[in-house]
Amino acid sequence: MTELDVFRTETRAWLEENCPPEMRTPIRSEADVCWGGRNWIFQSDAQRHWLEAMAGRGWTVPDWPKDYGGGGLSAEETRILKQEMQQIGARSPLMSFGISMLGPALLQFGTEEQKRHYLPQIARGEIRWCQGYSEPGAGSDLAGLQTKAEAISDPVGGDHWLVNGQKVWTSYADKADWIFCLVRTSSESKQGGISFLLFDMETPGVSTKPILLISGNSPFCETFFDDVKVPKEQIVGEVNKGWDVAKYLLGHEREMIAGMGLGTGGASVTLGSAVRPADPLLRAEIAAFDVDALAFAAMSERFAAMWKAGEAHPASPSMMKYAGTELNKRRNELAMAAGGSDSLEWDSERGKIDKTPRDWLRSKGNSIEGGTSEIQLNIVAKHILRLPGA
Amino acid sequence: MTLLTDDQKMLQDTAAGFLAGEGGISKQLRHWRDINCKDGFGHGLWKQFAELGLTGICIPESHGGLGLGATEAALVLEEIGRNLTPSPFLTTAVAATRAIEGTQHADRWFPGILSGEAILALAIDEGARHAPERTALEAKRQGNGFVLSGSKQFVIQGGSADMIVTAARTAGSPGETDGLTLFAVPKEAAGLAVDNVGLVDSSKAARLTFDNVKLDADAVIGEVDAGSSPLKRALAAGSAGAAAELVGVASGASAMTLDYLRQRKQFGKLIGEFQSLQHRAAHLYSEIEIAHASAFKAARLLDSGDEESELYVSVAKAKAANVASLAVREGVQMHGGIGMTDEHDIGLFMKREAVLGELFGDVFYHRERVAALSGY
Repeated sequence: MTELDVFRTETRAWLEENCPPEMRTPIRSEADVCWGGRNWIFQSDAQRHWLEAMAGRGWTVPDWPKDYGGGGLSAEETRILKQEMQQIGARSPLMSFGISMLGPALLQFGTEEQKRHYLPQIARGEIRWCQGYSEPGAGSDLAGLQTKAEAISDPVGGDHWLVNGQKVWTSYADKADWIFCLVRTSSESKQGGISFLLFDMETPGVSTKPILLISGNSPFCETFFDDVKVPKEQIVGEVNKGWDVAKYLLGHEREMIAGMGLGTGGASVTLGSAVRPADPLLRAEIAAFDVDALAFAAMSERFAAMWKAGEAHPASPSMMKYAGTELNKRRNELAMAAGGSDSLEWDSERGKIDKTPRDWLRSKGNSIEGGTSEIQLNIVAKHILRLPGA
Repeated sequence: MTLLTDDQKMLQDTAAGFLAGEGGISKQLRHWRDINCKDGFGHGLWKQFAELGLTGICIPESHGGLGLGATEAALVLEEIGRNLTPSPFLTTAVAATRAIEGTQHADRWFPGILSGEAILALAIDEGARHAPERTALEAKRQGNGFVLSGSKQFVIQGGSADMIVTAARTAGSPGETDGLTLFAVPKEAAGLAVDNVGLVDSSKAARLTFDNVKLDADAVIGEVDAGSSPLKRALAAGSAGAAAELVGVASGASAMTLDYLRQRKQFGKLIGEFQSLQHRAAHLYSEIEIAHASAFKAARLLDSGDEESELYVSVAKAKAANVASLAVREGVQMHGGIGMTDEHDIGLFMKREAVLGELFGDVFYHRERVAALSGY
């Protein structure tokens, strides 16, 4: 037996012992997802136990260094852990923007002190983060953001940033404990006047207002900053160099959103079983979709391997994000078509709440959030294809 | 392994250099087309393939070949596609080699394939659409042998082949996969009539008529009535190979088009500055990357003998054909008027894509396979 075989055997046994049966069932609704954070109310003891057990081994972030709350696993070991979790249908113990977005940026740009302070909290699911990027006047043109942070010298209360402005599309701002936020620290240069701040959402002057979406849910908020004082050291990277951090983090966000192209349980093969035999044209469209979905799954594997090996083009997450989200929109269109009038039922007196129409409507945001499809195509044209004037 | 090994990268470099140099469009495709060559490819170049060991890429080392797999074949085919190099590589060195491997025909034909002297073809299709299980060409037992009657079409390089691997029905009826038998039919077989047809891409494919062609029992490849097994092997290797070649065709057409976008000026601007074209080019790039990943995943699964390979071969062939079709259509459109001329090479990519897209089953055939294998 190789070391990896031993690791697999041990992992399998550990999961068998520690993953509660309730955590091995498919996620049915948003309430089944564990986000953690200061105000998190666990849905069940099983959910709490599963998070604590995994965090105890550093396996909420298996490939982060042990010093920062991670599992210190190699890429191969991480893959094996994921496979073994899939094998028993184990849910992810923790859904977290801290893990998928802020963590990688801190690992890359944070000071040693910041890493030791923030990363273990993220790994244990103690702090729930939100992302303050878009503004009413800065959507696709993100670098046009205007939320201002002034450097204030204060011998009494401590040197700090004074933040004023507004963010929009802040995911779960009303439920988050902390925010990672892009602010303007200089007006002399557009991209070169942005800084990356971290602060507590309970700081006086921070307020949030949920936005009701066409899907009937409110995952996003407007977030307002009115003379918010942020301690000086809560900046990641250098002053006016926040755009580098932002871009790096966007790469991870795009990677995560691109993952939606994979759907749940591999390709869309599940769609096919919903087709009535009398619908040969719909069946044909689903088959065409499945070819694209399976091909994209192959691309995701290749992309992940290339990214890890440092062989991927730095702009390639844009291509993945574009392809994955467009695919996910198509999947949802087909799910609606396959469902016929069933998929139009929104709720009923018997308490039925159908995911299909909500997922369909929500998916429309996939090619907008994290940079629209059109922005991703611009990035590919400019940075990968090097077309003139792009 | 999702990424290439160092050995595979070396092979890729060798193939890329060789095919861009010796296999280029003016040296090969246009040359043989313009002199109306009856083979549609150059034997001299095929000898060079042999000298590099490439004709024996899938032949086991015990027979003197390189003993490599579908992944390595795909690397070569991608370069063949990029350069539109006419050659018997896909049919002789990949698909037909897979059909006869492990049988006594390997001893007979592998030495000739290795030296670049023997050309093999595959005779499967009987109608305009690929449907191997619908094989009707009849092989009746007679004495110690068989008599073959029927017809075949779209037999790539059938007019140049020394031996034609022929799918025939020895039992059952068209539509059944059982009862098929593969035969090694020598070109000189009495009763075999060959109509050499020039295809749209200037390659050659034969229509064959079998009029009581008598064969010995040892012409059977593998087992009687169990031809679907070697046939499946050959078709899987052929389809995966065609997918890789299509990815090369798409990449070649796309590279040529991107060059044009960077050079051609209208309204005082390079046309590559126009966002409508930039977005289409970026979409095409994304699609080619995905097709590439699916083609190499299919090859890898074939090499590891994974049961998912059947599904992924069809995914790869359908995806690659679809994407290559997009690449050549965008290529001709973005070149504008010059793209419609015979003088410019971009149209040659469109012609090649059409043939490769059909070979071993078109997009619709493989989508149907994906649906069937997925259980709907």
